[in-house]
Amino acid sequence: MNLDLRIPMGLMFTLVGLILTVYGFSTQGSEIYQKSMGINANLDWGIVLLIFGFTMFLLGRRGQREALRKPQKPAPEGTIRRGH
Amino acid sequence: MLLYFVFVLGIGFALKRYMKTSKDFFQAGRALPAWICGLAFISANLGAQEVIGMGASGAKYGIATSHFYWIGAIPAMIFVGIFMMPFYYGSKARSVPEFLRLRFDEKTRALNACSFAVMTVFSSGISMYAMARLIQTLHVFDYIFLSAGLPLGYIFHFSILLSAIIVLGYIFLGGLTSAIYNEVLQFFLIIAGFLPLVLIGLKNVGGWSGLKASLPSPAYLHSWQGMEHANTNPLGVEWFGLAMGLGFVLSFGYWCTDFLVIQTAMATDTQENARRVPLIAAIPKMFFPFLVILPGLLAIAATTPKAVTTTKVEANGAIVRNTSFPSEAELKGQGLVPAKTNPLTGKIMLDASGKPLLDYDLAIPSMLLHYFPTGILGLGLTALLASFMSGMAGNVTAFNTVWTYDLYQSYIKKGASDRHYLAMGRWATVGGILLSMATAYAATGFNNIMDTLQLVFSFVNAPLFATFLLGMFWKRATGNGAFIGLISGTTAAIIHHGLTLPIEAHPGLHGGWIAIVHHYPSDMAQNFWTAIWAFSTNFVVTIIVSLFGKPKPESELVGLVHSLTPKPELGHLPWWRRPEALAIVLLVMVVGLNIIFR
Repeated sequence: MNLDLRIPMGLMFTLVGLILTVYGFSTQGSEIYQKSMGINANLDWGIVLLIFGFTMFLLGRRGQREALRKPQKPAPEGTIRRGH
Repeated sequence: MLLYFVFVLGIGFALKRYMKTSKDFFQAGRALPAWICGLAFISANLGAQEVIGMGASGAKYGIATSHFYWIGAIPAMIFVGIFMMPFYYGSKARSVPEFLRLRFDEKTRALNACSFAVMTVFSSGISMYAMARLIQTLHVFDYIFLSAGLPLGYIFHFSILLSAIIVLGYIFLGGLTSAIYNEVLQFFLIIAGFLPLVLIGLKNVGGWSGLKASLPSPAYLHSWQGMEHANTNPLGVEWFGLAMGLGFVLSFGYWCTDFLVIQTAMATDTQENARRVPLIAAIPKMFFPFLVILPGLLAIAATTPKAVTTTKVEANGAIVRNTSFPSEAELKGQGLVPAKTNPLTGKIMLDASGKPLLDYDLAIPSMLLHYFPTGILGLGLTALLASFMSGMAGNVTAFNTVWTYDLYQSYIKKGASDRHYLAMGRWATVGGILLSMATAYAATGFNNIMDTLQLVFSFVNAPLFATFLLGMFWKRATGNGAFIGLISGTTAAIIHHGLTLPIEAHPGLHGGWIAIVHHYPSDMAQNFWTAIWAFSTNFVVTIIVSLFGKPKPESELVGLVHSLTPKPELGHLPWWRRPEALAIVLLVMVVGLNIIFR
């Protein structure tokens, strides 16, 4: 496939994670965390998502590069290729 | 949330340049990796009914709800991967109805294609309606509307329009690839949104042991207790009805024949990968109960909100005292599950014995609102919306494929250029979404339309699996047999429904509209037994009619029937990479889970 899904997905989660982390960091100790029983859910989960997103992004980049280096795989038997 | 919408449409645009042929559009060029399709396979099924409904059942029945996963999905997913995928993928059929044409005949396919097309449109409309209602109930957009000076009554229309435009946007541009990519995205988003909810919720009630202690009854944590008899367990079903009705007929009928999920497996590059797709999908599916059922349990176990008074000393020395009162519905509910209110009068609805009815559907949404602070709350709500959209998108792509290949190309305009069909597919997407919107609005007008539709679907779907089973494993089965069998199976379902009634229900939509010959302990039991009757009738009738007819010559059935198809060549793979090995691991795991939570 021409677009490795892990790249846009990684980007999205990195961004979401970043927003949550920054927001969580700036609202440390705020009373909005009474709801989540004193846990700074934004900061903690933001970091988790940040790591997840960035890993996905790196894996996707690597996969994409490898796919480009390798010549196109021959079509497996039994598939009809039309168009192209 | 905005970010998510931007990315969703961005993927559509990025993929647009690759959509050159109808094959790219409808079948994703048959070139996607197995793990992506595997996640899309479950995500397509992860619609509104799934997340909200399973959370609701979790709050209502407890861990027993996991039967829908461990009995009602995993075995069927293993079966479709190991036994049925070679025929779907190998037969070069482009859709499930097309497989029926190759195996049986034109009329069986037309019957299946028409009923399927109608069902997909209606289900996506139901998703749309449920989503708009939920947005309204949770007041997600209230702030935006108030600050823009718009009346709040427009929120419903706005939500429907918004979801329609987004789903239309990415499917119109990127076809099945885009739908699959977005389904995977939604899959991760749902996990990202719900996992912290489970973690915080568990911490709140004091971990697993705390959960055990605060549940209204210990039976909530057992899935097999009291299964010997229908009256001794919360589901009201005995083990035979459960295993046969849910575990065999209903789940195999869904996972093995519904093009909505099969299409994602058919988008992979090789047959081995197509077989692996349902098996890969089974792994996360097995653990989904912890993500969607557990929040329901936690909602019941949590303490019911009470009036909270907070005292705060402000910078200027003034002491401010704030008291927040929960609404009447919240007070009358159990745990975090609010009582059901009548949407017209706003009064709390009571059951026959005067106790307030609980609105279980709000179990997960009210958990989100209760535990999540601003910030992550946006993520949680987006995850909830994503779950609705992934269900809609799967229905819409299945609809445009079946409409274009099985109805338009076969009966309306044959032999047009590939370009023409590609354009048709795009416009079918638009048409499908418009019809869904019409359904969503119809649902606002008629209170019972959703229940009625789901009932009709169950009549049509229940017998389906018998046709495929006989078609794939018995070469004598004929087209006439399949066609008459399908119709009589559906008829049997209707008659059975008309003759039986769950206890505590009034004759009518719940059954018993012909005469009442039998009472079931619950509507779930009735539903399972309707399926069992429909399946058996179809099975028997197809065999009888087939024996009187002339079967297709064997040469035409190669690749379509088990005994006439060469075994898939797997010699080049080490044993642990074969789909069968994965299947056995999965079986062991699912049995293990059942034993742990017996």
